[in-house]
Amino acid sequence: MAKHHVSATLNGNDVEFLCETQQTLLEVLRDELHHTGTKEGCGTGDCGACSVTLDGRLVCSCLVLGVEARGKSIQTIEGMAEGTSLHPLQRKFLEHAALQCGVCTPGILIAARSLLERNPDPSEEEVRFWLAGNLCRCTGYNKIIEAVLDAAREMRGG
Amino acid sequence: MSEILYEAPKTLEAAVALLAGAGGQARVLAGGTDLLIQMRAGRVVPGLLVDIKGIVEMTTIVAENGGFRFGAAASCMELVEHQAFAREWPGVTDAVKLIGSVQVKGRATVGGNLCNASPAADSVPALIAAGAVARIVGPGGTREARVEDIPAGPGRTTLADGEIVVSLFLPPRPARSGDAYLRFTPRTEMDIAVVGAGVNLTLDETGVCTHARVSLGAVAERALLVPEAAAALIGSKVDEGALGRLAAAASAACRPIADKRGTREFRVEVAGVLARRAAGIALDRARRKG
Ligand SMILES: Cc1cc2nc3c(=O)[nH]c(=O)nc-3n(C[C@@H](O)[C@@H](O)[C@H](O)COP(=O)(O)OP(=O)(O)OC[C@H]3O[C@@H](n4cnc5c(N)ncnc54)[C@H](O)[C@@H]3O)c2cc1C
Ligand code: FES
Ligand code: FES
Repeated sequence: MAKHHVSATLNGNDVEFLCETQQTLLEVLRDELHHTGTKEGCGTGDCGACSVTLDGRLVCSCLVLGVEARGKSIQTIEGMAEGTSLHPLQRKFLEHAALQCGVCTPGILIAARSLLERNPDPSEEEVRFWLAGNLCRCTGYNKIIEAVLDAAREMRGG
Repeated sequence: MSEILYEAPKTLEAAVALLAGAGGQARVLAGGTDLLIQMRAGRVVPGLLVDIKGIVEMTTIVAENGGFRFGAAASCMELVEHQAFAREWPGVTDAVKLIGSVQVKGRATVGGNLCNASPAADSVPALIAAGAVARIVGPGGTREARVEDIPAGPGRTTLADGEIVVSLFLPPRPARSGDAYLRFTPRTEMDIAVVGAGVNLTLDETGVCTHARVSLGAVAERALLVPEAAAALIGSKVDEGALGRLAAAASAACRPIADKRGTREFRVEVAGVLARRAAGIALDRARRKG
């Protein structure tokens, strides 16, 4: 079976992979590129655990085909920290205990970063609406929202 | 599993030729938020996916003849982030905002929402109320169709084999025009409409309604244009009496199913309530555009 040969960038680095048409970007990231930080919760767009950005746009990687990433820039959780220094959102998630099992966390961090890039000073309501597509079975959300608001405050230099 | 081919043509001509050459085995791929789930569940087994997101006229949003034309494959996020569009068509924008999460809207398109032909698709009643006209290309050339004439029933459209919705045109708006879309869902986000109602109206200098269109979603096998409900508004000052007649006409037009999310009686009642509330919002918006 002829596979597609795809070139893209992953967290700023050039990558190439082979995939079949029906393979999702999520499967490619995890199984072909061995970047397993991006999680699968549902595979149907409901949980947001698979959130990545594609050319800067927040998407569910379970609803994107690998071949659709051709020529695109993919950002995943693996690109969030700079070396050993955590992104402020990551630090604030630890400080606020905004995770328990951690399955939702990579997707929520990517989604929250995408919000703060557009809106450095979101209201609590705006954070809750933006993250409505990210489900968490553990935390009850409040700590997540607090961590995002606190990280936003720090990133604004307040 | 047999092989699924994938093509991403750069022109409409190439897309039409690919679809025609596949003899009914091909599917248009826009955002994939319906199609990829249907493929994964084995409900749709295409031989070829024709990804249309690389076709410029299908992804751009432009002002045209005093109105707006947006590509059927522009993502919902691009549309709701377009400020001039949102100012002119707040009701259509509200409806598109309701489609799933930020992530879903980053991929989902209005063309796909229309062509997937779910009776509960949120953008469709708002577009029908707005008087949107779709431009369609296919093996037989280019044609135009009103949005209400495209869905035929759950998962079925009036598009011929190999036809693609290229773009949607929203007409220029007279002064004192406003539109609104409301839906009822058990949750506030990430849920499927039990009833949806879109209202678009125009007032004259004295506040009398001169033009109205009303559309309902999720209360029949496809989104409905309800001229009787619009007639209740036209010629009135959109006062209590007119709103009451609008609600009654909206309820009368429903032929809903009953399911776990709502009984028939509930849907019929809520259709009237939502149409009335949406008309109230559209009225406020029209007055502010005086
Ligand atoms: C978690 C989740 C939540 C959702 N919530 C909502 C909601 O609240 N309200 C709502 O209305 N919808 C909701 N949806 C569904 C919504 O995302 C889709 O209906 C979307 O708008 C379809 O667009 P698409 O570009 O993804 O279409 P695709 O999946 O790419 O295509 C859908 C169908 O339309 C055909 N098609 C697509 N574009 C064209 C075209 N231009 N010409 C001809 N045929 C075409 C395809 O061949 C396919 O059959 C939700 C989806 C998910 C996954
Ligand atoms: S795995 Fe993609 S949204 Fe759940
Ligand atoms: S921490 Fe377990 S799902 Fe969110």
